[in-house]
Amino acid sequence: MAQFQVTFNYPAPIRECLSRSGSHSEINMTETASMQTTLQDITTRLKDKPGALLPILHEIQNAFGYIPKDSITFIASELNLSRAEVHGVISFYHYFRESAPGQHTIHLCRAESCQAMGSKHLEAHVKNRLGIDFHETTPDGKFSLEPVYCLGLCSCSPAMQIDSEVFGRVSPETFDRSLVEIGA
Amino acid sequence: MAVTVYISCDSGALALGAERIAQVVSREAQQRGIDIRLIRNGSRGLFWLEPLVEVLTELGRVAYGSVQVHDVSGLFDSGFLSGSPHPLFLGLTEELPFFKKQQRLTFARIGLTDPVSLEDYLAHDGYRGLNNALTISGADIVRQVTDSGLRGRGGAAFPTGIKWNTVLNAEADQKYIICNADEGDSGTFSDRMVMEGDPFVLIEGMTIAGIAVGATQGYIYLRVEYPHAHKALNTAIAKAYAAGYLGQNIQGSGKTFELEVRLGAGAYVCGEETSLMESLEGKRGLVRFKPPLPAISGLFGKPTIVNNVISLASVPIILDKGGEFYRDFGMGRSRGTLPIQLAGNIKCPGLVELAFGLTLRELLYDFGGGSASGRPIKAVQVGGPLGAYLPESQFDTPLDYEAFAAIWAVVGHGGIVVFDDTVDMAEMARYSMEFCAIESCGKCTPCRIGSTRGMEVLDDIINGRELNKNIPLLRDLCDTLLNGSLCALGGMTPYPVLSALNHFPLDFGLTDQAEAA
Repeated sequence: MAQFQVTFNYPAPIRECLSRSGSHSEINMTETASMQTTLQDITTRLKDKPGALLPILHEIQNAFGYIPKDSITFIASELNLSRAEVHGVISFYHYFRESAPGQHTIHLCRAESCQAMGSKHLEAHVKNRLGIDFHETTPDGKFSLEPVYCLGLCSCSPAMQIDSEVFGRVSPETFDRSLVEIGA
Repeated sequence: MAVTVYISCDSGALALGAERIAQVVSREAQQRGIDIRLIRNGSRGLFWLEPLVEVLTELGRVAYGSVQVHDVSGLFDSGFLSGSPHPLFLGLTEELPFFKKQQRLTFARIGLTDPVSLEDYLAHDGYRGLNNALTISGADIVRQVTDSGLRGRGGAAFPTGIKWNTVLNAEADQKYIICNADEGDSGTFSDRMVMEGDPFVLIEGMTIAGIAVGATQGYIYLRVEYPHAHKALNTAIAKAYAAGYLGQNIQGSGKTFELEVRLGAGAYVCGEETSLMESLEGKRGLVRFKPPLPAISGLFGKPTIVNNVISLASVPIILDKGGEFYRDFGMGRSRGTLPIQLAGNIKCPGLVELAFGLTLRELLYDFGGGSASGRPIKAVQVGGPLGAYLPESQFDTPLDYEAFAAIWAVVGHGGIVVFDDTVDMAEMARYSMEFCAIESCGKCTPCRIGSTRGMEVLDDIINGRELNKNIPLLRDLCDTLLNGSLCALGGMTPYPVLSALNHFPLDFGLTDQAEAA
């Protein structure tokens, strides 16, 4: 492992998979290399854009589901920024996350229009059904629950989004049905 | 000949199942050996009828809605492809009163066309504004926009022509056009509908802006919560490039305008223009001090036009038909039309584009049909989470920037959220403070600290603790936020809070308005 650390400070998932493996098999080294390649590809492709940091962070989150904490050093050096600056940007924006989300992410709207149509009741049901609060992931790793302040679906409140699919006029019953449909 | 069927791809329609309806209609047609041409149009904006299925008949487009999966085979049985009667039959779409009473200028094409078809766009008067703009000087383009009386539709209502003129006259090696597509206000969705339902109109508006002031680069700063709009914009931009409507030498004019979509990352404050520019520059979205104005020193320190989606999408028709045509709509100093969004607890939620001047009451009852729950409407919030709550006694206020300012309210981005009499206005006031605390960028103290203190004071008030002390404390705090904040987030959070307190003192445990004062 030391030979890799000379050039690159690995993201947590890579370190995890290295430490899990005990002996560093070919497969793990391939995975590691592919993750490093992904990060390298993204930054190389985007770093010369004006104001490149947000586009880079978006692509990294698209690729890994989150922004691995240890990738910050790499991003910072590629963009000639301090680690604090990169961390500052990640932590400023609600959308960026530094830990892996569940298999499915549920974004539940908390804004006024949805409140006017009973979203507080729906929110209580969702939290109770999943057994988690906002910003948490179910113990089985299936669902993460995030609040969102408007999905622009105010004409069919209350609204939510599960992964990339949007839902309007959501009731506790239709929420439960959506969970069944995605195989919960 | 194949019958043309329209099922919307607007995310509001998708949220109500339009994708499945489209699949089932296609499959059913195939199984029955019927040839149909299915077009995924934008939404007509009649959301209580979505998923809406329209069929092109000899008489025009007729509508069926709202269609559920189990209705589809019955629709085929009754011959809906020839416009036959059915319990869901609504008649000609454009004769529906909600639609017919509107004055659609900015939304002229939305719901009619395939949003990402350039051919459709051109066939429905698309790019006529740009063609005119290419034959006149930048100063003349700006004059048309100034003459139209268009004011910023994002909420601040600043005259668009004056902003453009400042950038036109600024000397710089690079200027920028930014479209603020960070539509974060609850109850608003007109930007989303434009981007999903007619992305070319926004692209055309930005191109005209670029040519007018000599800006060669444009950015659409789009909120990440709008993935469907992202896809539609990118598809339309690629087609505009391929057809010579973007890039170098636009339509042989020698003019250049490059355009790119950039995604936000879930920060409400980035809808504030200086915060937005910080974000575009790859930084934390901290609000900047003004001056300097963005028109003088904006993105990367260069002169920059920052306009809302609706403002920019209104430009093509102004350049097509002339500033005077647009100015002839409206009242007082509010010229043109406003796409109004009816949301929350309302029977007929949707998009109503009308000239300024209609009263709230007409919108809520004549268009909206009253509350969805059937209970009395207690309050409406106009203009997003930073807009005032208005009680029934103010429903006769006309939609006009000045008339709203006169009652300490804002038109904002034209979103109207309706609440019935089950709402607790003290809870809504607390939510406003909570929202401000969650979304504050943290740069100025009144907003960063004041919002959290506001939540605490409201918790005390809601729990009935020392009202005689806490009500004045809340007012004092709101005064600090109002006058001491750097931007509208902290500066306008007192609007919903104090309007709730002033108009609904009973919800705060007070017996009358005198006590609230």
